[in-house]
Amino acid sequence: MSLSTSIRERLFPGTNVARSAQAPAAGPAILLVGNPNVGKSALFNRLTGQYVTVSNYPGTTVEISRGRCSALGADVEIIDTPGMYSLLPITDEERVASDMLSGADVRCVVHVLDAKNLDRMLGFTLQLIETGLPVLVALNMADEARDLGIKIDVARLAAILGVPVIPTVSISGEGVADLVAAIKKTPPPSPFRVEYGNLIEEGIAGIAGRLSAGTVAARARASLLLQGDSRERERVLQEKGDLETARILQIVAATRTRLNHSPHYYVTLALRARVDQIVAECVRAPQRAPNRFRAALDRLCTHPLTGYPIVVLVLYFALYKFVGGFGAGTLVNFLEESVFKHTLIPWAVRGVAAVVPWAPLRSLLAGEYGIITLGLRYAVAIVLPIVGTFFLAFAVLEDTGYLPRLALLVDRGFKKIGLNGRAVIPIVLGFGCDTMATLVTRTLETRRERLICTILLALAIPCSAQLGVILGLLSGSGAALAVWAGVVLAIMLLTGFLSAKLLPGEQPMFYMELPPLRLPVLGNVLIKTYSRMVWYFREILPLFILASVLIWIGQITSIFQLLIRCTEPLVRGLGLPDQAAVAFLFGFFRRDYGAAGLYDLHKAGGLTVHQLTVAAITLTLFLPCIAQFLVMQKERGTRVALWIAAGVFVTAFAVGWLTHRALLLLPWVLG
Amino acid sequence: MTDHRLEEVLETLYLRFEDPSRQDIGSPGGEGLRLAVEHGYVDDVTQQLTETGRPLGELVVRRHRLAECLLRDVLRVFDAEAEEDACRFEHILRTGLEDRVCTLLGHPTTCPHGRPIPRGDCCRRAEHDGVNEVAALCDGRAGQTGVVAYLSTRDNREIQKLMAMGILPGSDIRLMRLFPSYIFEIGHSQFTVDRALAEKIIVHWR
Repeated sequence: MSLSTSIRERLFPGTNVARSAQAPAAGPAILLVGNPNVGKSALFNRLTGQYVTVSNYPGTTVEISRGRCSALGADVEIIDTPGMYSLLPITDEERVASDMLSGADVRCVVHVLDAKNLDRMLGFTLQLIETGLPVLVALNMADEARDLGIKIDVARLAAILGVPVIPTVSISGEGVADLVAAIKKTPPPSPFRVEYGNLIEEGIAGIAGRLSAGTVAARARASLLLQGDSRERERVLQEKGDLETARILQIVAATRTRLNHSPHYYVTLALRARVDQIVAECVRAPQRAPNRFRAALDRLCTHPLTGYPIVVLVLYFALYKFVGGFGAGTLVNFLEESVFKHTLIPWAVRGVAAVVPWAPLRSLLAGEYGIITLGLRYAVAIVLPIVGTFFLAFAVLEDTGYLPRLALLVDRGFKKIGLNGRAVIPIVLGFGCDTMATLVTRTLETRRERLICTILLALAIPCSAQLGVILGLLSGSGAALAVWAGVVLAIMLLTGFLSAKLLPGEQPMFYMELPPLRLPVLGNVLIKTYSRMVWYFREILPLFILASVLIWIGQITSIFQLLIRCTEPLVRGLGLPDQAAVAFLFGFFRRDYGAAGLYDLHKAGGLTVHQLTVAAITLTLFLPCIAQFLVMQKERGTRVALWIAAGVFVTAFAVGWLTHRALLLLPWVLG
Repeated sequence: MTDHRLEEVLETLYLRFEDPSRQDIGSPGGEGLRLAVEHGYVDDVTQQLTETGRPLGELVVRRHRLAECLLRDVLRVFDAEAEEDACRFEHILRTGLEDRVCTLLGHPTTCPHGRPIPRGDCCRRAEHDGVNEVAALCDGRAGQTGVVAYLSTRDNREIQKLMAMGILPGSDIRLMRLFPSYIFEIGHSQFTVDRALAEKIIVHWR
């Protein structure tokens, strides 16, 4: 379990559902610090093996992984901090990382950086060194730097910085033993300091004189205060009280008025200038001979004339052909028909009948809505193959580096619905599992974007299980498919457009790193797919079984029948047969569950094309499944989650009804 | 030409010379005018700039308007004091320094009030070489390389984001694509940004 946990944390940093919220353990800890995308978590996994726990940082939803390294002794904890770009935090996650640096009992800090991009990363190293904590530098991705012909004089770099520098490759484990050995020795703090220029230095000296050193050296703290770090200000307020803090802030204000730009700007410039010197001394990079094929492919993917057709092709093959055709068609057929219908279920029904004497219990296990006959069958035979193929396709797209390119292609369009291109990742992931995608909305920057994205996921993005079933249902009629897609897309655009207009907040900003396009490594793709499927299964299987149990209880007590009778008028209003009420009721548990119920109904020959179209549209827009509702509640708060759920419920039935009436008026649409 | 009063007189007279219809310019007088006449920059009788005085007046006006651009485009000062700041600035810029400012700003042709900025040697050189222009990232051509000159924003969050990508004055930058989003290369990494951010990155293009 712990292995998959750590992998998951690596796959979706900060997206875990919390299991525990324990306070950080006392004792000297080793902090892994670094930018996002430098292989920090992979290195963490290398160092700690399986002994990992993931927990919320107290008072936040930001999650951190803790582990122990057998080579360092059982009492030494290694903590993987959230990725951050500099000591001055912007996001919640970075704030947690900065808290950990200044708070806990830190034995040493391992700064993990991308050896290819030392000029961008070393500035943070210098900041870390200035905190006065013992620092080690892990030059990660050393292999990629070598491949580019970049030569780094490691000894020289270590001498200049005054800290140990160890080249590592976290993916293969190269250099990790050396890193452990260096950590064991616990290096002394380095005396290295950066000169920030007179005005800044005067300010720093003035403030530092009024601070006690604490864990983080007074100079570093003064520098943070000067740069306007609100977190550091709170800390000082706690330590020093109002009066002394006011005096310190006076110095900050006085320094600021003497400068044109913010002190942060000058500090960063000074850091950069020093880094450039260091890089000039220690790094030799050749004139790059770019990979022509890769560059050409990159151009094709990002050029508007070829890029958009490629998006269509990728979505067509990855989603429609692979997930819809192979997953929802071939695999589902095989599992449903051969495995369940002809083998497992008859066997289970006979077995249960032979062993269980009590009729109600028999129906709980293997009745019409039984745990095996319904819960397990839906989960394993219908949902699992669809979701599995989706996660596989998504992992391939992710590891090729295609997703950021997709993001830049759709950014302009997404701005119209209040999002930026970055939101393409949760939205595309939503086509796999809306619940997981709602968790991933955390990667969006503003509250407004997270809210809009959550609404769209709840309303208009069908998850793969649902999509697979619906595509199967409507595959007989191209017109029905077109009506369904048109209505759902129109609702999505309209909702996004209205949300963007109505919700207050700042305009989204789009910026993203474009990692090089590369061929995915099969092993990594499989591990990702596997761990996501494990997460998914752990999440949904209990719900499916719970649904079976609830329906069973409902049936024995006749509550189920009552609920169906309440739903029937709504369903009848949509022009659907009464039996469809069962499918909609299932939909309360999970949307895919409801869609699967519809699938059963259709196979029994109970629906016309008109009815199928209306039912598919209503179910697509329908209330999110229970799991998604719970995640919405966790991420956005109960009030917002209830509002979204109510809005989605009304919209789904209203749009279903309108479609029904419109199709009655225009019967030729469906031929 | 070190006396501020003298410079003010030369400026005023140049503004009159440039646009005789302007009503908002007062008449020079006092110690400054006396000095100007004494140096032969101003004709005693007509009270107008002489052949030797005109280039000096032009230089003061050039410095003033460049200072206005500097305040607006780089330092982002928009308030009422900007005018006074520009007045002080024009006296601080020593000879040669205004050309550096002019280059930094990309040889602007008009001041924030829409009046022409007298051209300097640097402008003529840049025009002749067809290089040395400073413009926002979004105004570059695909494939063009340059050095980041400055970040044209006061928004700390924007500055932090740009800096996190390694976009700092002095960084080498290569623009690769402008549509559908801006793609550029800095160091060994590629980034993509939207127009709103690309406008804030001012590049000294090669």
